[in-house]
Amino acid sequence: MIHFDNVSKRYPGGHTGLSNVSLRVEAEEMVFLTGHSGAGKSTLLKLIGLLERSSGGQVHVNGRNLTRLKNRQIPYHRREVGMIFQDHRLLHDRTVFDNVALPLVVAGMGHKEVGRRVRAALDKVGLLNKEKEAPITLSGGEQQRVGIARAVVSKPPLVLADEPTGNLDPALSREIMELFSDFNRVGVTLLIATHDIDLVTRMGRRILTLSKGQLVGDNQWAA
Amino acid sequence: MTAKHSRRRLGFRPHIWLQRHAQVALSSLGRLARLPFSTLMTSSVIGIALALPMGLHLLLSNLQQVTGGWETGATISLFLKQAVSDQQAGELADSLRQHQRIESVELISKASALKEFRRLSGFGEALQALDSNPLPALLVIQPKIAFSTPESAEALVKELERLAEADIVQLDLQWVRRLQAITRIAQRGVLVLASLLGLAVLLIIGNTIRLEIQHRHAEIEITKLIGATNAFIRRPFLYTGFWYGLFGGIIAWLMVASSIGLLSGPIANLASLYQSGFGLNSLEPGTALILLSGSAGLGLCGSWLAVSRHLSAIQPS
Repeated sequence: MIHFDNVSKRYPGGHTGLSNVSLRVEAEEMVFLTGHSGAGKSTLLKLIGLLERSSGGQVHVNGRNLTRLKNRQIPYHRREVGMIFQDHRLLHDRTVFDNVALPLVVAGMGHKEVGRRVRAALDKVGLLNKEKEAPITLSGGEQQRVGIARAVVSKPPLVLADEPTGNLDPALSREIMELFSDFNRVGVTLLIATHDIDLVTRMGRRILTLSKGQLVGDNQWAA
Repeated sequence: MTAKHSRRRLGFRPHIWLQRHAQVALSSLGRLARLPFSTLMTSSVIGIALALPMGLHLLLSNLQQVTGGWETGATISLFLKQAVSDQQAGELADSLRQHQRIESVELISKASALKEFRRLSGFGEALQALDSNPLPALLVIQPKIAFSTPESAEALVKELERLAEADIVQLDLQWVRRLQAITRIAQRGVLVLASLLGLAVLLIIGNTIRLEIQHRHAEIEITKLIGATNAFIRRPFLYTGFWYGLFGGIIAWLMVASSIGLLSGPIANLASLYQSGFGLNSLEPGTALILLSGSAGLGLCGSWLAVSRHLSAIQPS
């Protein structure tokens, strides 16, 4: 599903995001990405979602060579990658329903199917009764779940999450992780960046560790 | 939610595309309606900028309508030599009636000229002192419509001047031509003014859309993250520009129409004092349609310029 071959990312001004990272994530895996802040977790996710392009090496996602992907093809790539952010990135002038519907509307899906799929996604994250509310009226955990519903509503094969539990208390974090496990169980590949080592070790999944832009650990933890 | 089904790329479906366009058109309209004051302000500025050249154009076309009537009514006065008798004049008139460029010939004989002169001039007493009629016979010649342009009327004048019986041939078109020349300059001036103000409208809309893009920066970023194409993101802004242009055009139309409404009374009054049935022409439906589609087009272009310049600068991070 994800294949990095000797990938580097340098920023203008000399800062190095990633240096010579090679890794492989298979389809239907659920993988955690850890490391201190500034270790390159976000950079790695941005390269997968093509928010940024690598400076060297090859990135393959879902059978597609991103290094060769033209700019105008980026939107179609992003539709196959669900993205979840620490700050949720919701549109605050629209309802929960409209926020979750956005990826489907963007992809040109018909009205009826949008309604059906959005309700299914909201039901999955337990927010079906809040579809008409504004995101700002929801709690942090609820807003994050809206973000998750939006990421999975178009049923992408790959979901990326950047510090999805960064602002949540341990109980809510645990809930979110259970949700991710559920998605993984039905075949979604997940790559979750987090610095919450305790939470990660309890999940018993594969963990990639980054430090100063390099991959320094790749461990499978027993639950 | 299985991953296996998601690979299916949604193809182009016309009814959904249309539905999407209608939805965007309405939602951008709704967005403008939620800020009625600023929408009205922007549209009014556009309206005033468009009303000015439109009003001038209308004024000119009305002026042309007035002078156009004079031009086609060009008549040639052929004064015959004193020696030509009324009978000879009648024969000449008959032969000229056969001329292919001449519509009609009216003969004013020496006798009838004298009678008319007596009646109108008030010199009747003085004329009685004369032993012979000093007035020449006159042929009032009306060229056919096809030959009544100043150029061909003048060619006809040259031809008539060569007649043995002709004394003086008069065609007083000089002032009509001068007026036409002035009108043409004014038309060019209106064109220049319209281009400049059109450019101003383009910039006004471009700037309004630029501010709107800045205002919706976060939304654009998020929509891009989710996989929106540039066309998708551009669409609501293009519709907003279109609406601004259209509203501006409607306001311009209303301004011009109400100005005409205000002027038409006094002008009809003035015209009646000149025994003319002239009334100020209002904006014809065709011209109004050009005005509206032109202003909507300007709105579209202005927002296109702003969008293509500023949208690519917004990339998700």
